[in-house]
Amino acid sequence: MLLSTIVFLPIVAAVLVLALGRTQQRARLIALIAVVGELVLTLMAFAGYDTDAGGYQFVERFDWISAFNIQYLLAVDGLSVPMVLLNGILGLAAVLVSWNVKERPNQYYMWLLVLRAAVMGVFISMDLILFFVFWELELVPMFFLISLWGTGRREYSAMKFLIYTFLGSAFMLTAMLTLYFSLPDGERTFDIMALMGRDMSGLLVPTGLVFAGFLIAFAVKLPMFPLHTWLPDAHTDAPTAVSVMLAGVLLKMGGYGLLRINAGLFPEQMTDFASTLAVIAVVSVLYGAFIVMRQTDLKRMVAYSSVSHMGFVTLGIASVAGGGSALSSVGLNGAAMQLFTHGTITGLLFVAVGLIYERAHTRHIPDLGGLAKQMPLIALGFMIAGLASLGLPTTSGFVAELLIFLGTFQVFGLATALAAFGVVLAAGYILWTAQRTLFGPRVARWDGLTDARPVDVAAMLVLIIPIFVVGLYPKVLTDMFAVGIDPIMAGFGLAGFGG
Amino acid sequence: MNIGARDLFLISPELTLVALAGVVVALDLVIRRKGIVIAVAVVGLLVPAIAGVNVWNDIRATGVDTAFNGALVVDEFALYFKFLTLAVLALLFLSSADYASRFQPFQAEFYGLLLFSSAGLMLLPAAGDLITVYISLELASLPVIALAAYEKMRLKSTEAGLKYLVLSAVSSAVLLYGFAFLYGATGTLRLISFDPADPAIGHMLINGDASVPFGGVAVMVGVVLATAGFGFKLSMVPFQMWTPDVYEGAPTPVAAYLAVASKAAAFAVVLRLFYAGLDPAAADWSLMFAVLAAITMTVGNVVAIAQTNVKRLLGYSAIAQAGYMLVGVAAYEGSGPDAELGLESVLFHLGGYAAINLTAFFVIMAITNRTGDDSIEGLAGMGKRAPILAVLLALALLGLTGIPPTVGFVGKLFLFNAAINADMVWLALVGVLNSVVSAYYYVGVVRVMYLRESDNPARITVPPYAWAALAVTAAAILVLGLWPGGLLEVARLAALDLL
Repeated sequence: MLLSTIVFLPIVAAVLVLALGRTQQRARLIALIAVVGELVLTLMAFAGYDTDAGGYQFVERFDWISAFNIQYLLAVDGLSVPMVLLNGILGLAAVLVSWNVKERPNQYYMWLLVLRAAVMGVFISMDLILFFVFWELELVPMFFLISLWGTGRREYSAMKFLIYTFLGSAFMLTAMLTLYFSLPDGERTFDIMALMGRDMSGLLVPTGLVFAGFLIAFAVKLPMFPLHTWLPDAHTDAPTAVSVMLAGVLLKMGGYGLLRINAGLFPEQMTDFASTLAVIAVVSVLYGAFIVMRQTDLKRMVAYSSVSHMGFVTLGIASVAGGGSALSSVGLNGAAMQLFTHGTITGLLFVAVGLIYERAHTRHIPDLGGLAKQMPLIALGFMIAGLASLGLPTTSGFVAELLIFLGTFQVFGLATALAAFGVVLAAGYILWTAQRTLFGPRVARWDGLTDARPVDVAAMLVLIIPIFVVGLYPKVLTDMFAVGIDPIMAGFGLAGFGG
Repeated sequence: MNIGARDLFLISPELTLVALAGVVVALDLVIRRKGIVIAVAVVGLLVPAIAGVNVWNDIRATGVDTAFNGALVVDEFALYFKFLTLAVLALLFLSSADYASRFQPFQAEFYGLLLFSSAGLMLLPAAGDLITVYISLELASLPVIALAAYEKMRLKSTEAGLKYLVLSAVSSAVLLYGFAFLYGATGTLRLISFDPADPAIGHMLINGDASVPFGGVAVMVGVVLATAGFGFKLSMVPFQMWTPDVYEGAPTPVAAYLAVASKAAAFAVVLRLFYAGLDPAAADWSLMFAVLAAITMTVGNVVAIAQTNVKRLLGYSAIAQAGYMLVGVAAYEGSGPDAELGLESVLFHLGGYAAINLTAFFVIMAITNRTGDDSIEGLAGMGKRAPILAVLLALALLGLTGIPPTVGFVGKLFLFNAAINADMVWLALVGVLNSVVSAYYYVGVVRVMYLRESDNPARITVPPYAWAALAVTAAAILVLGLWPGGLLEVARLAALDLL
């Protein structure tokens, strides 16, 4: 019952917060207890997952709508269990960084907790329809969080986010149902574990269309160029905690879906389409990176850097193109790693940006400067995130990008080289931004500002710890991902990460 | 023709309902307290409900039975709609008690007319021949003309009544003309026959001319005219024009009645006519309904975006929802293990849609009854002025959009399932993409409630009996959304009666 507890604890806490959290203190206390409990539970799942045994563990299976063989089916494998942990980590950071929310705190924390539950559900559902339900459920809290507690053009951004995601999921739902009804009667199932390794030829429509249906939904979420335009708006106008969740876990739903469903269920189509994906990946990496340079809003800057960094994920997955190479599993592993590391790193960047904005009330880069003088701790957090983001060795960002490039180089030499140039650009924009906002001469206008309080430091620490742990000892994740990636590689007829 | 005790037993729900109408109107003459009259009307509905349960038990034990020499076919399909009508009536009486007090001194007649019309709606799904279809339809429609014009001092209301009168008359004439063609071509009025010596329309079609749709020009003209006639009642494009005008002008409870009860019965008779009566020509009408479904939902959704009046918006939404339901009508599979899928999904969605739409109408009724403003902008600030009503309306609108965990999601899921099962992947895709369009205007209303401030901070109060009705419908949205299995099974058993 561990996984059900992980999904429903935030729901129960959300109800409690709404009922009891009239005051800010009480609301955040209930939310904090809930997310700490969640983190403990996700650590238990992570530590309790037996990598020697592998496969799907903590399985919970009940009939839900038996007429269509739709099940309440929860399970984790080596691919999803790190995502579950990531969600646990970011959930705690999101509550800590919301410590000062005063406006309607009970509703705010309620939506934040519902969002937690929905995203968690996406990562542990092994039934396609259940997966879809959680996927859609996440829209409602996001819409309210952005439009009610956001800034700027928040209504526009919330609606844009909603419509983009909904449009993507429209294709996904059609793909799911087509897949189900294509199977011979009696074998019809939405069970992802049972669908793995199945021959996907002879569907009601050409298999490529079903593949594309899923791909569109995940490409919107990841996001891939040219479906990324909702992301900068949503990020910029969302409250800090929501930006953290959005960058930290919501984008990961897209990458996870690509690995789990597009690569896992449709290896043949993935092999054919991977070259195109590689092109999209390179464009996303470079386009995102160039656009970052032109941004004057700190949050928009981080948002576009996410587009660029998610391009690496796509590139890693594309390493299976045309049959792949002996190192393709390294590429896939790197893509999964990038999902985890980008979650913590960009989460931390948004925390630091949020803390600066909370104090200076501006995110306009030309107005800022020399903030390291007034707020050294926040500047330190920003720099750790920035350096990890540009792939400094000893941080987790380095490991992920290295694995991706190793995996893809043999398959796409040129694309890898071009994408690697994205790392150079990242170094450029990160350092340049840090120089313009944090360093340089002291600005008297910001003299009254205070540095991070203990709760803010706690929020940053929650994210800094995994960055260094994974950076110094990547095996803790790569072994886990390998267990999850190997069965997917088997679908491509390629060797696993271990072999 | 002999009328036996058995015939009277089989129509006992309708007979008691008509008796109740008489009692309510008569009581009003001698009792001053209108609350008692309403209470009698609500509690009195238990009598036809109990009669219905008796009939249900009986036909479950002995099988489908006919009354009045086959004029009425009493099966689980018909009973499904009878219970739906009764439930809608009871909820409508509870919620509109406040609203209807403006009809004094004709308040009791208002209930009486609703009860008479409902008797027609309850006979309609049981119709075994075309004459019964026509008579039941008129019994259902004529009181509605008076009801639509009930606020006779309000111009829009009388306009709505007049529109409904004219269009009802036209559609009835078209329908009768179509029936005449069908009779002329096949020599029978029977929709269903259990007597080989007296075959039904369908038997006459089997040996038709294969080169002409429906096996003969006369039959084709008859079917097209009948479809047009029913199209008015279904709000199907291109016969939808009256819907927004009448919804806007008629008293809100009447609009709710039209949107839910009247539409359900119209679908019932269409299903009966095509699935039971004209099933040999399914290949022809299935495609016709698929195209009409796609056009209907698209027109409804696209035009709804531009609406500024919330009742007109619900009118266009009703057109769009009719389009979704037509998907299920089109999804004819003839034989095979899932042949009942299309029918079953329409029945399920009509039930779920009743809960959702009634919630929406009840909230609008409660709010506009206090504010007197039925523009969408009039809902501004309701998140604060009427927090619970706003949540319920938001829930209903999410349900209409089809977002989980509402019954709207599972309802659409089943409809699209049926479409794909019938090899109409394109229709399912049109359906899900339409849902995306609809999200824009449904969520737009939510946005007004929560993000627009109102000058008037006065709280909206709601009488307890209206709360009771809202509690039932809102609970149904969630309960049926999370545990759809029970209603689905009931719908399946009802659907099997037609195959």
